Amino acid sequence: MEIKMMLNGKQTTTEVKADSILLDVLRDLGCHSVKCGCETTNCGLCTVWIDGKSRLSCSILAVSVDGHEITTLEGVKAEAEEFGEFLAKEGAEQCGFCSPGFIMNVLAMVRELDDPDIEEIKEYLAGNLCRCTGYMGQLRAIQKYLQFKKEVRS
Amino acid sequence: MLTINNYVKAKSLEEAYELNQARNARVMGGMMWMRLGNAKVQTLIDLSNLGLDQIEETERYFKIGAMCTLRQLELHEGLREAYGDSIAESVRHIVGVQFRNQATVGGSIYGRFGFSDVLTCLLALDTFVELYDGGTIRLSEFVNHKRDKDILLSIIIRKSDRKLHYDSIRQTKTDFPVLACAVVTGPVHGKETWYFSIGARPMKAAVLEKEWEIPKDISDEQLEIYAKEAAAQFTYGTNMRGSAKYRQHLAEVLIMRAMRSILAEDK
Amino acid sequence: MRVVNQPIPKVDSKALVTGKGVYTDDLAPSDCLIVKILRSPHAHALIKDINVTRAQAVEGIECILTYEDCPEKRFTMAGQTYPEPSPYDRLILDQRVRFVGDAVAIVAGTSKEAVNKALKLIKVKYEILEPVLDFREAKDHPVLVHPEENWKSLVPVGADNKRNLCAHEEDSSGDIDAVLESCEYVVDRIYHTKANQQAMMETFRTYTYMDAYGRLNIVSSTQVPFHVRRILANALDVPKSKIRVIKPRIGGGFGAKQTVVTEVYPALVTWKTGKPAKIIYTREESFIASSPRHEMEIHVRVGADKDGIIKGIDVYTLSNTGAFGEHGPTTVGLSGHKSIPLYGKAEAYRFVYDVVYTNVMSAGAYRGYGATQGIFAVESAVNELAAKMGTDPVALREKNIVREGQVMPAYYGETANSCALDRCLQRAKEMIGWDEKYPCRDMGNGKVRSVGVAMAMQGSGISAVDTASVGIKVNDDGFYSLMIGATDMGTGCDTILAQMAAECLDCEMEDIIVHGVDTDASPYDCGSYASSTTYVTGMAVVRTCEKLREKICERGAAYLGCSVEDVEFDGKQVINLKNGESISRVDIGNQVMCNNEEALYASEAFSSPVSPPPFMVGMAEVEIDKVTGQLELLDYVAVVDCGTVVNPNLARLQTEGGIAQGIGMALYEDIVYNSKGKNFSNSFMQYKIPTRLDVGMIRVEFESSYEPTGPFGAKSIGEIVINTPPPAISNAVQNATGVIVRELPITSEKIYWGMHGQNV
Repeated sequence: MEIKMMLNGKQTTTEVKADSILLDVLRDLGCHSVKCGCETTNCGLCTVWIDGKSRLSCSILAVSVDGHEITTLEGVKAEAEEFGEFLAKEGAEQCGFCSPGFIMNVLAMVRELDDPDIEEIKEYLAGNLCRCTGYMGQLRAIQKYLQFKKEVRS
Repeated sequence: MLTINNYVKAKSLEEAYELNQARNARVMGGMMWMRLGNAKVQTLIDLSNLGLDQIEETERYFKIGAMCTLRQLELHEGLREAYGDSIAESVRHIVGVQFRNQATVGGSIYGRFGFSDVLTCLLALDTFVELYDGGTIRLSEFVNHKRDKDILLSIIIRKSDRKLHYDSIRQTKTDFPVLACAVVTGPVHGKETWYFSIGARPMKAAVLEKEWEIPKDISDEQLEIYAKEAAAQFTYGTNMRGSAKYRQHLAEVLIMRAMRSILAEDK
Repeated sequence: MRVVNQPIPKVDSKALVTGKGVYTDDLAPSDCLIVKILRSPHAHALIKDINVTRAQAVEGIECILTYEDCPEKRFTMAGQTYPEPSPYDRLILDQRVRFVGDAVAIVAGTSKEAVNKALKLIKVKYEILEPVLDFREAKDHPVLVHPEENWKSLVPVGADNKRNLCAHEEDSSGDIDAVLESCEYVVDRIYHTKANQQAMMETFRTYTYMDAYGRLNIVSSTQVPFHVRRILANALDVPKSKIRVIKPRIGGGFGAKQTVVTEVYPALVTWKTGKPAKIIYTREESFIASSPRHEMEIHVRVGADKDGIIKGIDVYTLSNTGAFGEHGPTTVGLSGHKSIPLYGKAEAYRFVYDVVYTNVMSAGAYRGYGATQGIFAVESAVNELAAKMGTDPVALREKNIVREGQVMPAYYGETANSCALDRCLQRAKEMIGWDEKYPCRDMGNGKVRSVGVAMAMQGSGISAVDTASVGIKVNDDGFYSLMIGATDMGTGCDTILAQMAAECLDCEMEDIIVHGVDTDASPYDCGSYASSTTYVTGMAVVRTCEKLREKICERGAAYLGCSVEDVEFDGKQVINLKNGESISRVDIGNQVMCNNEEALYASEAFSSPVSPPPFMVGMAEVEIDKVTGQLELLDYVAVVDCGTVVNPNLARLQTEGGIAQGIGMALYEDIVYNSKGKNFSNSFMQYKIPTRLDVGMIRVEFESSYEPTGPFGAKSIGEIVINTPPPAISNAVQNATGVIVRELPITSEKIYWGMHGQNV
């Protein structure tokens, strides 16, 4: 079947099967940031935005996103670099394998929540597992990033 | 591995229902659970274009479309006004925001899963399901139906003067519950009635109804007797997350805490 | 120091945070054959017949390989220095399958769909055998896991396959029985730690292809590229010269990838077909057929005199290596050798162990490598001893800990040349407010808060075994290529080794390039494991830099036309101290590329006769619901002595990450088998690693000693950090409720039953 989607701002047409998984299709289209960590919706590595909302591409049929807008980390490069710098300053990307999905959800959080506190941050990102960092460095990076964004706004 | 031969985004409920009558047809919810199985699906039916993704609030009820996500449930202002944080509490521990942006209320209810927080919570309220063919029936009845080829359209919560309290015990914060508990109380036909719903026993949630007049200043010892009596009327099982005996104890504790919390509310 | 001890971001960070395709699967060519494994449904069986005819006929199937297609030469998948202590007990595919999930056949085809279809069409007839599932009954069990005659142990580790024994050893100093007899207080307890999954986010994966020289190229997510080369040569029975191994970025390892879990399968396919092939383990495969932590049951006797001086420690460890012996003989040693020496006043110790084969998934290397298990047992026993004596467990430790300058008999007689354990204990106590919070506080709402303590040590590399070599060359414009064989698995060794080089060479980080490991081009390094990289490879960097500085001075002097004794290199230029003339590094770099017969390159190796232990103290604060037993971890403080901290950010992250893993081990993680040996913990849905809501607050500080044998005074950090949470959290539970949970994980239900007087 042919599907049309707006992938990272570009109208994209691709051929998929009825049971093709969005994660695989995105990787085949060169979006290598999208990683598979578990296949069971538990880890958050495959997080992408569909129509602006964080979703798990490991459990989405590619056919079902026909006509929708898909964003991967490749589509928010400038923001990823901006936040990524805060992450790197803490050394909190570590192995980096969970970073793309994590950053996608951080950026979704920033859009959805106004000035979240520590508990709200932890809860919003609970679906993003990381085995390297113990999460504290990620939290420090987020807090500093939020502070920076606040200063930029004012 | 799940295999699907044909995918149809239904254009009408009639079409969806007709397609679903075939033996290997399945209706798609959020794809959270079906994806994990090994089903061989001939036709997968997607309901996402049928307007079933809204929560409608009237003076008499909430009508939650089957394709609403758990996240919509969590963030809905009307539900919050009516039941405080309890509805949100029943879903906010489920995996993560991305998961709840995807998992549907219909999928959670239709699946009748043992671990379901949503089912446990809604079962304690005055809840009905609307089926394409089977009409509108009580959720408590639907829970015990065998799976059939009907299509779940919406979940209807009838508004009334009821208070809800939801709580669960989990190992990690986003794991399946070791035990889930919803308690509701309110006047029914003039009598104070309590509804106790216990899920993740680990069997699927069941509901218990009691006409109990309980004074607000009841002692802990007295309240515990009620809680133990309620908890004792459910059966419990053992799995990786807990033993039957521990679950029964947790049920007693959560029921008692929920009752205390409801009794302490001003109203 | 200018560069060392600075919080420098990782050299590969930008690629990682922007999601660049730098990992194994991102790099694999699109025409790779897809390789998958047919797995045994039985814990122990003999294959009587495999019919692949129908599977072979599936369109797109390239080959199906069975045990009949594999060399009959046994090998080990353990990534260890040759001769490996792990027995040669494996074939790529064997007629005997030894656990549920053991490999039965390898299927390769052009698409995932074709391969999945073929997997279902292979018909296998098994003769089902009785499995050995209880590791307590494995030794001398009538059923043998490895009855085969060509089983081989290369190193005398006390192994005997005819007794299901993978290793056995006895070690002691002094008369332990007499010493314990004389003690006023003796604790005699058995502790049980379960197998745990490393659960790195990137599962096991490898792709392979033949190159222009007819050599087999392996690109793999591995911690041990050079060992992979040797192991594959053994497994495939081909010359080592035929194999090249490349390590790209790795999505975490934690020891899992110190075992050659996936490499053999696509390698065999490519070797047989000449075509590129790749295998990507699913999370389920990574959970059922991988290399988890060894389950151990540890019997500890510890005794103190009436003044609270710990006089003797007696440890017996029974370790479960599962179906194969990877890391079996070595992990167990750390359970005693890295727990007993924490107590410096003991007059006698004894350490005895057995490692047994069973019919569950083979264990492997996991951060802590046996020390984690031993420290849980010994530290818990010391906490029980404190309770028995009615003493504060911190005070008991203050009296007994090993101190700088002491000889550690149970640590191979090494001396603690650098040890700030006393300062770690002091600082941790202040950070958590021990004196105010010990033992517990009733919060008045049905909850009780308490604190718990544990200490830990580890090593820094394997003494007299681990070997690292490093090469640095000067390029045009004077930039340096730092060539290492150590494997950055996300931990940042590419960065910290470059920091050391920049410090030694008086240059900026930007002047040095580092790249991933390629066994054809990188100098030999045993790999990144055993907490070796900072210490062992770090010293090789220091030595190489010293040599290279000499060579730069020689070239500079030659170009300046003066004697080498008269010049100095300040990092930017070589200066003739007599007349002030100078030549820049840029010019030297450019000049050596024209009409030159002296390569401006240095390469040195390092191996250490000692393995200086880092030390640390961890303290946990928990809140327990007295009615349900539910435990909430509130706060975890850790103070670490890893010698000089090479990169404070990365060391802190290592510590926080290791503690979170330790918290998982303490509270949640468990591999559960059913009565037939089927593994239920086969997904992140069932095997629960902590989320960010489960770790409380983790606070880390460093109390540095200076290790005289390490680079810039550094010791290791990678492994020690996982060791304190299980005993510290257990101690907090003990201090809150009096309940002592001796089998991990410490679930709320165990605490609840403990409070109700039932055994846990």
